[in-house]
This record gives sequence, structure tokens and C-alpha cells, in this order.
Amino acid sequence: MDLALQLFFTGLGIGAVYALVALGFVLIFRATNVVNFAQGEFSMVAAFLMVVFAVDLHWPYGWAFLAALAGMALLGVIFNLGVYYPLRNRSFLPVIIATIGASIFLANSVLALYGPQPQVLPGWFETPGLQIGPVYLDSQYLLIMAVTLVLVGFNYWLFEHTLLGKKLQATSQDKEMAALLGIPVATMIMLTFVYSALLGGIAGILVAPILFVSIQMGSTIALKAFAATIIGGFGDVTGAIIGGLALGVIETFGAAYVSVPYKDGFAFLVLVAFLVFRPQGIFGERVAEKA
Amino acid sequence: MSALAGAVAAPATRGITGLLLYATLAAAAVAAALLAPLDAYMLHILVQTATFSIAVFGLTVVLGLCGQINLAQAAFFGFGAYAVGLGTTDLHLNFWVSLALGMGLALLMGAFLGMATLRLGGHYLAMVTISFQQIVTLIMVNWIPVTHGPDGVSRILRPALFESQRAFLGLCVVMLALVGYAVWRLPQTRLGRAMRAVRDNELAAGVAGINVYRVKVAAFALSAVLGGIGGGLFAGGFAYVSPDQFSFAESIVFMTMSLLGGVASPIGAVIGTGLLIVLPESLRFLKSVPGLYLAIYGLAIILIIRYMPDGIWGFVQQSLRRWRPPALTSAPAIELMLAPAEGNTGMALEVTGLAKHFGGLKAVDDVSFSVRRGGVHALIGPNGSGKTTTLNVLSGLYTATAGRIVLGGRELTSLPPHARTAAGLGRTFQNIRLFRSMTALENVVIGAERPGNPIAAGHGALVERARAALAFVGLAGREQELVSSFSYGHQRLIEIARTLAGNPSLLLLDEPAAGLNSSEKLALRDLLKRIAAKGLTILIIDHDMTLVTEVAEHITVLNFGRRIADGIAAEVLRQPDVITAYLGTEPDAPARA
Repeated sequence: MDLALQLFFTGLGIGAVYALVALGFVLIFRATNVVNFAQGEFSMVAAFLMVVFAVDLHWPYGWAFLAALAGMALLGVIFNLGVYYPLRNRSFLPVIIATIGASIFLANSVLALYGPQPQVLPGWFETPGLQIGPVYLDSQYLLIMAVTLVLVGFNYWLFEHTLLGKKLQATSQDKEMAALLGIPVATMIMLTFVYSALLGGIAGILVAPILFVSIQMGSTIALKAFAATIIGGFGDVTGAIIGGLALGVIETFGAAYVSVPYKDGFAFLVLVAFLVFRPQGIFGERVAEKA
Repeated sequence: MSALAGAVAAPATRGITGLLLYATLAAAAVAAALLAPLDAYMLHILVQTATFSIAVFGLTVVLGLCGQINLAQAAFFGFGAYAVGLGTTDLHLNFWVSLALGMGLALLMGAFLGMATLRLGGHYLAMVTISFQQIVTLIMVNWIPVTHGPDGVSRILRPALFESQRAFLGLCVVMLALVGYAVWRLPQTRLGRAMRAVRDNELAAGVAGINVYRVKVAAFALSAVLGGIGGGLFAGGFAYVSPDQFSFAESIVFMTMSLLGGVASPIGAVIGTGLLIVLPESLRFLKSVPGLYLAIYGLAIILIIRYMPDGIWGFVQQSLRRWRPPALTSAPAIELMLAPAEGNTGMALEVTGLAKHFGGLKAVDDVSFSVRRGGVHALIGPNGSGKTTTLNVLSGLYTATAGRIVLGGRELTSLPPHARTAAGLGRTFQNIRLFRSMTALENVVIGAERPGNPIAAGHGALVERARAALAFVGLAGREQELVSSFSYGHQRLIEIARTLAGNPSLLLLDEPAAGLNSSEKLALRDLLKRIAAKGLTILIIDHDMTLVTEVAEHITVLNFGRRIADGIAAEVLRQPDVITAYLGTEPDAPARA
């Protein structure tokens, strides 16, 4: 029982990371109708930026964090201009292929620059964690959950209670109409990419002290996050968060009770089960194409 | 008669000349593989190119023809390779038996993945294939008792008669030529046309009678099998396989090869594969920095997609096309026969209590009407009254919330679109949906291929039927032009011809006059009258009241999703309800309850 509680807590922590990346997926999907297959690489690049700033250059952790985020914002801009925007009027297939190309490019450029050796990023806090009854709460896991909670709240506030959020929503629902209403659609899409790169980046920086910082971390996280969006219901923000948390818990229990080497396979099994039995996910609704 | 024979014979002779040319080239390639002075290194490169090309053909089919992503081609390649590897060593099986097992395994896994995923959008397929690829790699590395883990399988045997590297290269080239021929001819077969239709416009493909899901699964499974064949031969060629040869990175390499050469053609596949095997070999220094060459591949994918979407071969083809003489217009088309369903009494279509709700919105609510056989029936109503929704429910694009749809005595309510088309329903779209990469003739041939269309078997009969339909709508002589080169009004006519060629028992027209100028509208009116004169039942939606009153005998009027009038055209248009709905009431007139 104690072990189960401990695993549940660990699962929620790792699930929160999936949820953050899944949120980035969903935001870009809603704004552009395109799944960004390089979303996981945003996390990976941010983690490497942290290693460069905090470990190699010995900057204070907070400054390194801000610098890494600035780097991510820039990456979001470049990504939009170089990968998405030139293809915005083509069908979804070329765009998907281009984002896959971008994902390969980012992962392997980092490999070429930094080498295959996984890097270690220390956690934000010196204190290892708290013991509450039978459960040990690791400080990094607590931080991840707290930040996820804050970001989800921020996301809700941004989209529901600010004019900018309304403009972003309008752009994602009907670009032509939004443009006719005077909303700068190109800027809104750019902002969506920047925001999404920041979310992915924060997730990567938070999870880096738990995993090793390696070029594989991006694709691993992206696959889990994508599975999370399908489990929750594609395109649904709440679904992405619930799906991410659920996947983290399932995976942690699977690794503890079934098999460690196949840990990364559980997400796939859950994904296929959902695709076969409940493709619309927990919350989502399939929207028919209009004739 | 001789004219007809000439028109039918022309494509057939072209096909035979093509086959002869292909056979000659293939024989030359095999002879070169067996006789040309090649050192061991060149043999090695060529075996790799041939076996990889077969796997890339798989992407030509699934991505190029059918427009579906497969990012696990290296996994399917791996199934073939491990089947041959483990089969000829641990299991002491014959090479060919092992290869067949590998193909079977790839087929099974491909069909399973496709069936689980292909009902959903393309991004699901991309992610699921990536996940599948990762799982396969995990199993290859971790299931050590069976796969030998990271050590891989060595001392793989080759089949009898092909033990030498030279003879094995000959075998690979023969296989490449055979598979390449099949992939080259595929677009001109019924399945291949269906794949292209699905790629160009899924919705229209379904409504033209194509089982979209089954075609996609077929394309995906076929792609997996080609991966398996390539992999099996690869294992024979190199005698050693290990998990890293079948990783996600290799799937990306396959994808880059396919895109670089030209995703739509097997020639492009061979060009792309050859280039990406030879180039890295001559640029070895790139491999000294881990990740560098894959980073370049990633960048290349982005640049190709942006600047050269049809790849090298597509670019060459476009340049060649300018020098090719325009296709000859062959013999005049025959008269279009429309065979209305047997029995001239009763109702062609009966709709009872039909409803479609979107959440709380009742777009269509308890609508009933019947369409008399052989007549022209119009469904009218102001904007937002539920006309197009009704049509979409009738043709199966939306499932009905309630009610029944009976076509010529057969209940359609719960059938998917393609099955309704097979039952005799034909429709056009308000915003024209043609297969944009195909010629007018190919578009209409797909319509003629409607399952259940009572025409003679054989490609000749199909083409005759399609040409007759195009001639009927007034587009004779332009069959070989791409649909994108036609004007808006003519594209609409092609869409009508596509439906007519399928010989439907009921023709549904969704605002056919929308966007047409006045002379095109007159031509449309005459066309509809000619169709009706042949006895085909028509259900038309349109806003153009002149057109509706001139062609329709019966009218059903919808407003706010409900039926407000139904009956003989002239009587319906006199009803005060209808006048109110269309023109509004005078401010001082008493409002109707």
C-alpha cells in the first residue's frame, strides 16, 4: 500500500510533465490544425540550454532558467517562420512531414554539437524532499506539480479572461474571419508557437533533473504527450492534462509491477487500446468534416 | 464500330509498348548486375540500393499514392530481415520460407496498425507508427533469447543458386524490377485509382463509392509487405543484422529517400535511394560526427517539402511534360445510357422523421418527404434551414439522430457513405470536390467504377462509359486535361459527369447553380432537363428559384430545420408560410404564429 502511494505520487509527477508538453501540442493543433512533431524537441533543446547555462557556464539557476526561456521563445519564432508559415496554405501532410524533419534536425544538431553522452542537470532545490507518513515527496516532483498547476491556471486565465486569449481563440477557430475582424492572424500564430515552445521548454527543464538530459528525451516525451492527448480526447485542454497525469501513473505502475525494460511500451499499449475502443478519448468529440 | 475499337485499343497498345520497354530495361539491368565489372564494394552498394529501394516502394504506395504517413518502414524492413536472419540460422528453414514468413509478419502487423489507426486523422497514424517503431526496437534489443539482443544475428544464409554476392545482386535486381513494375502499374488499376482518390479528396472518394478505410488499410499493409521483402533480401545480402539497422533513424532515412527522389513514382524511389546511399558513402567525413548526417536529412526534408514537393523525378517529369505532344482526342464518345432502377412506380426515396442534432442545435428536426421515381424534386429553404445538413445525412456524411432513409425499398439509414453510393445514391457537392491531381477522364472513371454500376466488365467499358458521361455534359474532347485546368463551371460539370457515370438511381445535387454565371445557369438547366428526360430521379437543393421552378415538379420547403411545406411546385410556392419564410412579412402585416 505504501509502495502504491509512493508510485502514485511519482506517476503524477512524471505525468505532469507529459501534461505540459501535451498542452503545447493541443494549443498548436487548435491554432493551426497541425500536430507539431517537434514539440518534444522543444523540451530537449531547453534542457540542453539549461545544461549550457547552469552547468557549463555556472550561471545562477534562476538566470540560466530565464536565458533558456528566452532561447525557447526565439526557437518558437524561428520554427514558425522556417517550418510552419511557408507551408500554411498547403494540406496538412506536407506540414506534418516538415515538423518531423524539424524534429530530426533539432535532435541531431544537438547530438552533433554536444555528443551522445547524457548530461546531468541538478535540481532547483538543494533539499532532497519531504517525508510525509509513508510517502516520500521528492522536491523536484513537488516543483513539477506546483508549476504545472500554476501554468494550467495561467493558461485558463489567458484564454478565457484576456483579450489576447480571445484573439488567439478566434484565430484558431476561423482564420479568415479573424483577419476580417482586424486580428493580426500571422502574429497570433507566431505567439502560439512561442507560447507552445515555452511550455515545452519549461517541461523539459523541470524533468531534466529526473531523467538524464539526452537527445532521446525529446522524442520519448513527445510520444507520451501525444498518447496523453489521445487518451484525454484530441484537441481538448482538460483532456490533455488528465491524459498526461493518467499516463504517468499507468507507466510508473507498469514499470514497478510488470517490466522495467518495456516501460516505454505501456504508453503505446494504452494508446492502441484507446484507438481501438474509444478513439474520441475521455473528453473529446470527433468533429465531422463539413461537406 | 472501328472508331470504338480504336478508342479502346489505344491505351491497351500503349500498355504493351510500355511493358516491352520496361522488360527490356529490366533485362539490361539484370545483365549489367551479372556481367559488368564490379568490385566487392560496388556489389555491396548495389545490393543495398536494390533492397532499400524495395522498402522505399512501400512509401511510394502508402505516402505517394494514398497520402498516408508510415514512419515505421524500418520496423517492417526489420521484420523481413529478422525472419530471414533467425529463420535461416536458428530455425534451419529454407531462405524462401523465411522470406515468406517475414512478409506474412509484416503484412499482419501492417494490417493491424492500419486497422487500429486509419479511421482517424493522419497525425494519429504518424504518432502511432513512431511509437510502433520504438516498440519494435525495444523488443529487438530486449528479447534476447529470441532476437539475440544488441548482438544481432550473424551467418545468415542465402538461397541455393544465389550464394555468390554477384548472383545475389542479380536476384535483388530481378525482385526490384518485378516489384517496381507492380508499383509502376498500380496507379492505373482500380485499387490504385481508389488510393489516389483517397489522397486527393477523402470525402469525395467515399461518396464516389470507394471504401476509404479499406483502401487505406490495403495501402498501409501493402507498404509493410514491401518493407518486409526489402528487409528479407537485405539480410541475405549482408549475412548480419542488428537492431540499430532498423531504428527510427532508418525510417527517417527511408522517408527522406522517398521524398528526395519523388514520392509519387517508383523511379523517384530508386533515384532517391541511390543518391542517399551513394552520397553519404562519398561524404564519409559527415559520419565522423554523430548526428550530423541525420541533421542534414532533417533539414533536407524541410527544404524538399518547401521547394521541391514532387522530388527530383517529379521535377524531371514536369520538364518533360512540356515537350510531350498533347494527348490525341480519340473517336467520338457513345451516347450515355442512364438505366433508372427497375419498376416505374413507387417512390425512389422515402425519408421519414429525419433528425440531425448538433448538441442542442436541431439542424434538421423531424423532416419527412418522398421523392417520386423519375421526377425532379427540389428541397428549398432560406440559409440555415437545414438543406445541406439533410443532404449530408442522406449521403451518409452525418449519421442521423433519428428517422429512416429508404432508397428504392432499401433502408440506408445506418450505412456508411460508400455503401449508400453502392446502393444507388449519387451526389455532387456545393463546394466542388474533384480529385485534383487527376484528369477529367480519370475522375469520371472513378465514378463509373461505382460498385453496383451495371456496365460491362473491363477497363475499355469503363473508359467508354466515362467518355460518354463527359460528352453528355458537353466536355467531349477535353478528357485528358487535368481537372485543375477547367473553369469553375466546367469543374461542376465534371462532378456531375462523375456521378452520372456511376448510373445512380437517385441524383442528389447540392446547389449546382451556386457560383455559375447566367449563361452557365442556362446550360445547367438544359442539362438537368436532359438528365430528367432519360428517366433519372433528381433531388436538387438550390437558391435559384428560377432554376428550381423550371425544373422541379415537387418541392419540399424547410425552415429552421423543419418541413413547412411539401407538394406540387406551383402550389407550394403560393403558400403564405413559404412566402413568409423567403421574403419576410410586411412590417404592418400580422405576424403568423
